[in-house]
Amino acid sequence: MDGEELTEQETALYDRQIRVWGANAQRRLTKSHILVSGIKGTVAEFCKNIVLAGVGSVTLMDDSLVTEESLNANFLIPPDENAYKGKTVAEICCDSLKDFNPMVLVSVEKGDLSARSTEFFEKFDVVVIGYGSLATKKAVNEKCRKLSKRVAFYTVDCRDSCGEIFVDLQDYKYTKKKLEEKVECELNFPSFQEAVSVPWKPIPRRTAKLYFAMRVIEVFEENEGRKHGECSLLDLPTVLEIKKKLCEANSVSESHVPDSLLERLITGTIEFPPACAIVGGILAQEVIKAVSGKGEPLKNFFYYDAQDGKGVMEDISNSFTS
Amino acid sequence: MDPQQQSAIQGAKVLMVGAGGIGCELLKTLALSGFHDIHIIDMDTIEVSNLNRQFLFRRSHVGQSKAKVARDAVLRFRPHINIRSYHANVKNPEFDVDFFKQFDVVLNGLDNLDARRHVNRLCLAADVPLVESGTTGFLGQVTVHVKGKTECYECQTKPTPKTYPVCTITSTPTKFVHCIVWAKDLLFAKLFGDKNQDNDLNVRAKKEASSSKETEDVFERAEDEDIEQYGRKIYDHVFGYNIEAALSNEETWKNRTRPRPIYSKEVLPESLTQKNGSTQNCSATDVDDSTVSAMPLLGLKNPQELWGLTQNSLVFIEALKLFFAKRKKEIGHLTFDKDDQLAVEFVTAAANIRAESFGIPLHSLFEAKGIAGNIVHAVATTNAIVAGLIVIEAIKVLKKDEDKYRMTYCLEHPSRKMLLMPVEPFEPNPSCYVCSKTPLVLEINTQKSKLRDLVDKIVKAKLGMNLPLIMHGASLLYEVGDDLDDIMVANYNANLEKFLSELPSPVINGSTLTVEDLQQELSCKINVKHREEFDEEKEPEGMVLSGWTQSPPTKGESASTSKNESDVDVTESSSGPEIASKKRRLSETEPKNHKRETENVEGEDDDYLMEIEDDDLTEIENPMTVSKKKKRVA
Repeated sequence: MDGEELTEQETALYDRQIRVWGANAQRRLTKSHILVSGIKGTVAEFCKNIVLAGVGSVTLMDDSLVTEESLNANFLIPPDENAYKGKTVAEICCDSLKDFNPMVLVSVEKGDLSARSTEFFEKFDVVVIGYGSLATKKAVNEKCRKLSKRVAFYTVDCRDSCGEIFVDLQDYKYTKKKLEEKVECELNFPSFQEAVSVPWKPIPRRTAKLYFAMRVIEVFEENEGRKHGECSLLDLPTVLEIKKKLCEANSVSESHVPDSLLERLITGTIEFPPACAIVGGILAQEVIKAVSGKGEPLKNFFYYDAQDGKGVMEDISNSFTS
Repeated sequence: MDPQQQSAIQGAKVLMVGAGGIGCELLKTLALSGFHDIHIIDMDTIEVSNLNRQFLFRRSHVGQSKAKVARDAVLRFRPHINIRSYHANVKNPEFDVDFFKQFDVVLNGLDNLDARRHVNRLCLAADVPLVESGTTGFLGQVTVHVKGKTECYECQTKPTPKTYPVCTITSTPTKFVHCIVWAKDLLFAKLFGDKNQDNDLNVRAKKEASSSKETEDVFERAEDEDIEQYGRKIYDHVFGYNIEAALSNEETWKNRTRPRPIYSKEVLPESLTQKNGSTQNCSATDVDDSTVSAMPLLGLKNPQELWGLTQNSLVFIEALKLFFAKRKKEIGHLTFDKDDQLAVEFVTAAANIRAESFGIPLHSLFEAKGIAGNIVHAVATTNAIVAGLIVIEAIKVLKKDEDKYRMTYCLEHPSRKMLLMPVEPFEPNPSCYVCSKTPLVLEINTQKSKLRDLVDKIVKAKLGMNLPLIMHGASLLYEVGDDLDDIMVANYNANLEKFLSELPSPVINGSTLTVEDLQQELSCKINVKHREEFDEEKEPEGMVLSGWTQSPPTKGESASTSKNESDVDVTESSSGPEIASKKRRLSETEPKNHKRETENVEGEDDDYLMEIEDDDLTEIENPMTVSKKKKRVA
């Protein structure tokens, strides 16, 4: 297989998971480089999972300073003011993550993610944007797509007790086990830009309402120049106005996006830790799949809502119109 | 978070059982979610192979109590909450019904059926809701058990550890796992374990060995006997002579491939001492027992590599030599341990040589270790997801949000687009012997089975009782306890050796036994049916226990009155409208169907998955099957 054998130490540490995905997948994992930005609760869970899984390196980007709120669902930050004072979230989380698995290189990259050049992303195999703005998600996704090597691109967002994951693996080949045979499969992923601008009308009615609701919130935050989660019940009229416009533009009725759901998403600004654990777990599983090339990946959205307990995969691309 | 939820969480006193794969994640998520008062029981200590997912533990913690280290780690990011740890077995008597009563909810992150059933019974007795969970690989499940409202953990039969017919193991193996069981339970136990231990396999081994007078003492090593010579003698006996003896029974091989006897001189050079440096020479280097290993001496490094017959034979002899040279003191009381490198090497080699003899594909040490140690497949992500789901259910239970209780399955491949699939919980099974006190039926030969067989194979192994008491009418046949006087103990011991029909109060066809466990506060009745013959292959225990052949009592809407109900969907056919959505399909309670279900789960590539002694769980229902039967949440 590609590259050298796993060391004795690695085999002992990763024994139980090698029994799940095999030694080749583990070797690929140990050589993968992951960039992560926006380290709130769900992303903290994700980072813990991939560090434990034994990826090669994790690069953290989050220059925000630690606040009371960031302590809420992020167990990577010790609640000791003396320890976190003057440090960024990324720096503090880096210290905690290193401790989880000494074999993984964890480091911090300062600065604004969206200002980075295309070349910057070439160093990575996986890019994960947590809680990003619409503009950042679009821009970074485009840069990743320009590279000659395939960079797996993910976004993740949690509000109230709901979560969304977006996946772009471009043209992706993988092996699937069908009965005893291994089958080669190929999937074509739309870009983020394409996936969020699919006309709503042809999308099947049973599609998760969260897909539409998240688009409304995204536009709201973009228009108003808000940071992620910077909203309250006072913003509901504006949000409903945006919803109305989007529904009209897509020629669907306003009941397409329930008001109650939008209200939940803008008022539930404190993260719900069990939902973070669930969405962060699913995201890590997907990244592990993409890096190891084993198993059918999620295409291309995932939604979790603690209220109904479902975790659903939605394939949203222009295929509806064609 | 709504205020009602907040106060439910903050006022709750929670018991967590298990601080392993699920437990670490659960304790973290509970603490982050605002739980203030958490008690945690775990008897285990930390091992290196835990560190890939039990993220509260570090290498420096290896050997320490999981419950305690997990507590300390979580207190570091949530210093002001109360966490109490118990480094103890949940089956200990101090964890009695009164202990359980102090909690608002019990959360299980356990690794074995036995402890799960025990906790289920205590929760029922104490009337405390239970949230149960388990994971294996990418699969997981979380279920809610509230007395009188949803089914208990034992309302559906659980897959019991796979057992193999004795003759498959001793004479006619067809799969690698058979060779592993032979190498581990028979040969390893015979050579290095308690020689007086009388398990079925050892009895067989003795019989085979004693078929000829000279071989009677083949396993005994004379004081001055050269270890290598002794090893070769064992090798020739078990892989050569025994196979040859078995081949002489033509009847056995009529429809089977004949095995090939293998003798050491065919595969190994005259003397190994020259070739790889004698063991005696290396004994000067002082090494820790647990790290003694034959592989480096033979230049073998990669545990995932497949060894040929010669390599396996070399490992066999070398490992055996090392046991006698370096670990002599332990011989006679060793039991196989998956973390004992030398034991794993020996068992791998022995299983592979036997496999070669029977034309079965050989396996690497890594694979053999997984099979021999029943090692669970475990990843951090599934445990994290399951822990999140447990907390969500626990909050619903605390808010008494009954309509919202769900059991949730984590799937590897989406089913109807779902990776996380919630399902409405079932009502209690009216014919469950644990929560509904329905009598069980035991078919047994009352003239040929002893009370001991009943106690070991049924009361302990099947019913999972810890401190059992058995009564026939008013006559007490057997009990266990500290407060018994000598005369009673002698009486009970004498009863154990008696055939059922010859007990002071004879147990015969039509008798009803009462079996109780005072710690679990569980009592159940067993109706005895005498039966003469049992199929050795299909019913190796010589008795059959069934909990559901009896038609359920008149309680509730269950309409099953006949035996031809196997495919009737009660949901549609016969239950009252308001409970229809939650009625279980009766077909599911049929052992036949159940068996199919579990085979689906374990069948794929792990037909060796038996009882798990490691962390996490295996008894996962097949959600695909479940989804067809159970009403999905709209």
